[in-house]
Amino acid sequence: MHWQIEFLLFAILIVAALIALNLRNLLAAVVTLTIFSFMVALLMISMGAVDVGFTEAVVGAGIVGIYFVAAIFKTTRKSED
Amino acid sequence: MTGQTHSPIIEVAGRGLAPIIQLIGIYVFFHGHYGPGGGFQGGVLLAAGVLLLRMTVGAENSQAHVAAKRTLTNCAIGAVIFVGTGIVAILGGGYFLDYAHLPVQWLEPAYMRYYGILFVELGITLGVMTGLITIYDDILEVDYA
Amino acid sequence: MYTVADLPARGDLNAPAQQITNAAGTPVAGAYYIQNAYKDAKTPNMVCVVLADYRSTDTMGELIVVFAGAIGCFFVLRRKRS
Repeated sequence: MHWQIEFLLFAILIVAALIALNLRNLLAAVVTLTIFSFMVALLMISMGAVDVGFTEAVVGAGIVGIYFVAAIFKTTRKSED
Repeated sequence: MTGQTHSPIIEVAGRGLAPIIQLIGIYVFFHGHYGPGGGFQGGVLLAAGVLLLRMTVGAENSQAHVAAKRTLTNCAIGAVIFVGTGIVAILGGGYFLDYAHLPVQWLEPAYMRYYGILFVELGITLGVMTGLITIYDDILEVDYA
Repeated sequence: MYTVADLPARGDLNAPAQQITNAAGTPVAGAYYIQNAYKDAKTPNMVCVVLADYRSTDTMGELIVVFAGAIGCFFVLRRKRS
């Protein structure tokens, strides 16, 4: 039962990373990036590193999202390429 | 993003959630000796509460909570608490950051290490919290005077 | 991929990192932390003792990195009040 959960987490991780790379709307890309970061945190916890997973969840899903939203607010909302 | 929001739902939710997030941050900081957590995570949670208030009720209205002009000073104070603990350990006769040689006479060395870890984590919490608030204020150019 | 397949499994008690002394006969740091963390600092959380006591210079580097980021943002991005 253990490796199925990790496989599901890895699948969501890779899909979230690909979606975040391909999105034009940068705010949606930031939300997808927080999903990526949260999946990384869950993988860390499933490997037994609770402190690293806690730090990853707090920093990656909280503060980095706020900073990206602030930077998008100061610059532009649509991707150019 | 620096102004006050126009939606009353977002404002009430932000004002209700921010003290709870900061309470969890203080719990994580003090519970770092006994479970997962510690200074860095607690400081980031405290900063997340302040940034939620900065985004919901506006930058000017949340200056009474944490003033933008004092955050960088407090970040330096946090770093000085960390390094000062190490230098006090040097003055007590040990190596740098060797808490067993802190000049406290009535404690065993093991419990001096306990309280040394607590002081160091206090410095990390203060420094990380105010440092992250400083970066947010500088990105959005919040008026600081 | 070939290298990863040759690593010991996670939590393997016979792995070299889990032994008390390594192949050269010197003590391994991880076993010392597990055996002596509570005796040295009376703190139940071993990770906290390793981060803030045994490896505290590394944590000081983390805090200085955060402080350097904050002071860099201060000098680059902060505008004077007009």
